[in-house]
Amino acid sequence: MTDKTLEPGVVPGRLDASAYDAHFSDLHPPLEGHEALVAADRCYFCHDAPCVTACPTDIDIPLFIRQIATGTPESAARTIFNQNILGGMCARVCPTETLCEEACVRELAEGKPVEIGRLQRYATDTLMDQDVHPFTRAAPTGKSLAVVGAGPAGLACAHRAAMLGHDVTIYDARPKPGGLNEFGIAAYKSTDDFAAREVDWLMQIGGITLRHGQALGRDITLDALQKQHDAVFLGLGLGAVNALGLEGEDKGGLEDAVDFIAELRQASDLSKLPIGRDVVVIGGGMTAIDAAVQAKLLGALNVSLVYRRGRERMNASAFEQDLAASKGVRIITNATPKAIHGNGAVREIEFEYTDDDLTPTGQTVRLPADQVFKAIGQKLEGAGLPALDGGKIAVQGAGRTSVDGVWAGGDCAAGGDDLTVTAVAEGRDAAEDIHSHLTAEG
Amino acid sequence: MADLTSDFVGIKSPNPFWLASAPPTDKEYNVRRAFEAGWGGVVWKTLGEDPPIVNVNGPRYGAIWGADRRLLGLNNIELITDRTLEVNLREIKQVKRDYPNHAVVVSLMVPCVEESWKHILPLVEDTGADGIELNFGCPHGMSERGMGSAVGQVPEYIEMVTRWCKQNTRMPVIVKLTPNITDIRKPAIAAQQGGADAVSLINTINSIVSVDLDSFAPEPVIDGKGAHGGYCGPAVKPIALNMVAEIARNPETADLPISGIGGVTTWRDAAEFMTLGAGNVQVCTAAMTYGFKVVQEMISGLSQWMDEKGFTSTDQIVRRAVPNCSDWQHLNLNYVAKAVIDQDACIKCGRCYAACEDTSHQAIAMSEDRVFTVKDEECVACNLCVNVCPVEGCITMEPMEPGTIDPRTGRKVEAEYANWTTHPNNPGACAAE
Repeated sequence: MTDKTLEPGVVPGRLDASAYDAHFSDLHPPLEGHEALVAADRCYFCHDAPCVTACPTDIDIPLFIRQIATGTPESAARTIFNQNILGGMCARVCPTETLCEEACVRELAEGKPVEIGRLQRYATDTLMDQDVHPFTRAAPTGKSLAVVGAGPAGLACAHRAAMLGHDVTIYDARPKPGGLNEFGIAAYKSTDDFAAREVDWLMQIGGITLRHGQALGRDITLDALQKQHDAVFLGLGLGAVNALGLEGEDKGGLEDAVDFIAELRQASDLSKLPIGRDVVVIGGGMTAIDAAVQAKLLGALNVSLVYRRGRERMNASAFEQDLAASKGVRIITNATPKAIHGNGAVREIEFEYTDDDLTPTGQTVRLPADQVFKAIGQKLEGAGLPALDGGKIAVQGAGRTSVDGVWAGGDCAAGGDDLTVTAVAEGRDAAEDIHSHLTAEG
Repeated sequence: MADLTSDFVGIKSPNPFWLASAPPTDKEYNVRRAFEAGWGGVVWKTLGEDPPIVNVNGPRYGAIWGADRRLLGLNNIELITDRTLEVNLREIKQVKRDYPNHAVVVSLMVPCVEESWKHILPLVEDTGADGIELNFGCPHGMSERGMGSAVGQVPEYIEMVTRWCKQNTRMPVIVKLTPNITDIRKPAIAAQQGGADAVSLINTINSIVSVDLDSFAPEPVIDGKGAHGGYCGPAVKPIALNMVAEIARNPETADLPISGIGGVTTWRDAAEFMTLGAGNVQVCTAAMTYGFKVVQEMISGLSQWMDEKGFTSTDQIVRRAVPNCSDWQHLNLNYVAKAVIDQDACIKCGRCYAACEDTSHQAIAMSEDRVFTVKDEECVACNLCVNVCPVEGCITMEPMEPGTIDPRTGRKVEAEYANWTTHPNNPGACAAE
């Protein structure tokens, strides 16, 4: 306990200075060599393996694990990067418990899957630590591609297109590349500035120019990009945040969870980052969990995560829910925000309990709150975009939009599950389709 | 990237990984799948005379397993192909036509009569196959009929049949040797004298893998009885490596190309066979255990290792370890090493202590808080602790510097090489020149 533990309001330095490093160290520490061999030995090298089917990027998991087992993690990394150039980040942030590891036959046999995510990190870290980029560019095609957004989808698309010989310019609204990898994932999943290092490593392919501070609709337009380039890929993500729709939403202490996470990710000194004593996070997805857990790790005394439906409907996996619970986050379900109380700044937030069909029950609860993070979803913003479907860019096949010569992928495109790994797959596949399109034109 | 293309006695293949003559190469269907998966070549499952042999209709395989049910050894009582000659020849021709750059070698086994060989050789030649392999190794069933290892155990027969084949075909002749003999050099010499282009080894080893303790019959049990089979898989690799090295080291057969067979499961196994003299390797059990895709790891691993070592083609690794294969009597008795335990890596299981204290030289000390240290004054550097330690690299054998005193013997470690032939305890020692 420090003298700031019980202090009300939103204040920095609630923890001992030494506590921050420990709190924000790797969630899953990297495997040592011996651990990696033991873990790799457990893979059965299944035929037409369920883990591969479960991977949105179709990484040949049995092959890369066998390559680790036979002492060639560098070859393993090549197997991974062939399919997923952001395999390093995906090894850290993928919800493996609902993807490859859930499908692992050893999960069925013993309830203990092969540690695919950590093995993937072992392989990719090995090659990246040697600063080896395993691909070379094909001969220049003379064609140019504009990529909007330097997040997972945009980077995957840019890398694959550059590898195939096209000249790529990435336009990104932020001052740094990486998208949600850099600004939107819990710090304990991407330590040691990994997101930035990964982009630097990826750029070694050559042929990619990064232009920062270029937001679509503000600094650049789709029309102009189409005139300057032979093709355009839109991977701009979701720039806007859904509102609660309550009176008093502008009171002090109410913030978007994505802004809190971005600020935390960019903070050079976490002890200077203010956090409330009583924090309430509204939402049930990964962003809500990331915000709630990090609020707790920053020293918030009470953190509640409130979701309007039941636990089984939460987008956050059971593992993520358990992680939050283990860090001391209280998860409240079947409760909808009803009113914000406070004079100038929020003091309490009131919820009404609902049944499973979201029908109000009339029973309410007030939670003390000096900080409230909204994590109830994000939405696409921008004008002059191709046709939309359910608020996102409609796509067909490998990301083809309603506009000829314009592709889209990642969170801004309809379909998919808004995971990093899905964005990578969509960016990669769009690049292949763009390549076929551009080379077919002759 | 290292060039993995292989030229073995004039037979070219995209890589040195061939499937051995065995069930995986019995049919066109399997072989096409193998080539699509990345295998460089196949030795087609042994053809015989019509009418085809018959197989048992019960289990053909038995196995032994390591921890986690990892298959370590496989034993089989399957015979040569049980399909007609005509069907096999037709399929071989079709496969070779569609895969001209892959190696297709045909394994043969017909009775020890020249007419039989004269009859089958032109039929095989007509398929466009790249070569033949004489199956002098099958140790079960066929050997009872005077074929397979029954031929391979008699050097004179090997030489005779090899000569018949060389006289009656233009195809390269590879002679597959049985390990069920006393001295592998003898059949290799016989093959060479008969004009063989190469030998391949080892075929399977006579074996009973286990006994069913309810029916009191050896596995695999066929209606209450079992017959010995042929043993293969990772467990036989050390035996095969030694036999390959024996032939490669023998001045008489030093130029005889070898196709290495026996438990090749990973790129490392293949590299080891090749450094001991094999020009390429043949694989069966690994494919039968993990499927054809397993070759992808062999290709990537061998390629990575060659790149790291600076080798650009496979012929640069072949025989690279042969000069370092020595007889015991020529090992340096002045070389002194001591075990060293890396305390950071040690997980304190105590297996090294149990092994050394109970069965070796009482050279490891154990403290009350389970710290294990080597007693240099007792350690003979036997390596047992290294071998039983579950953590790779935790215990190492560190050579002592010349000029230092070995605390076990109290003698100075000499820099000069000295072996048993000149040792004072050797009654037959000759003075050093």
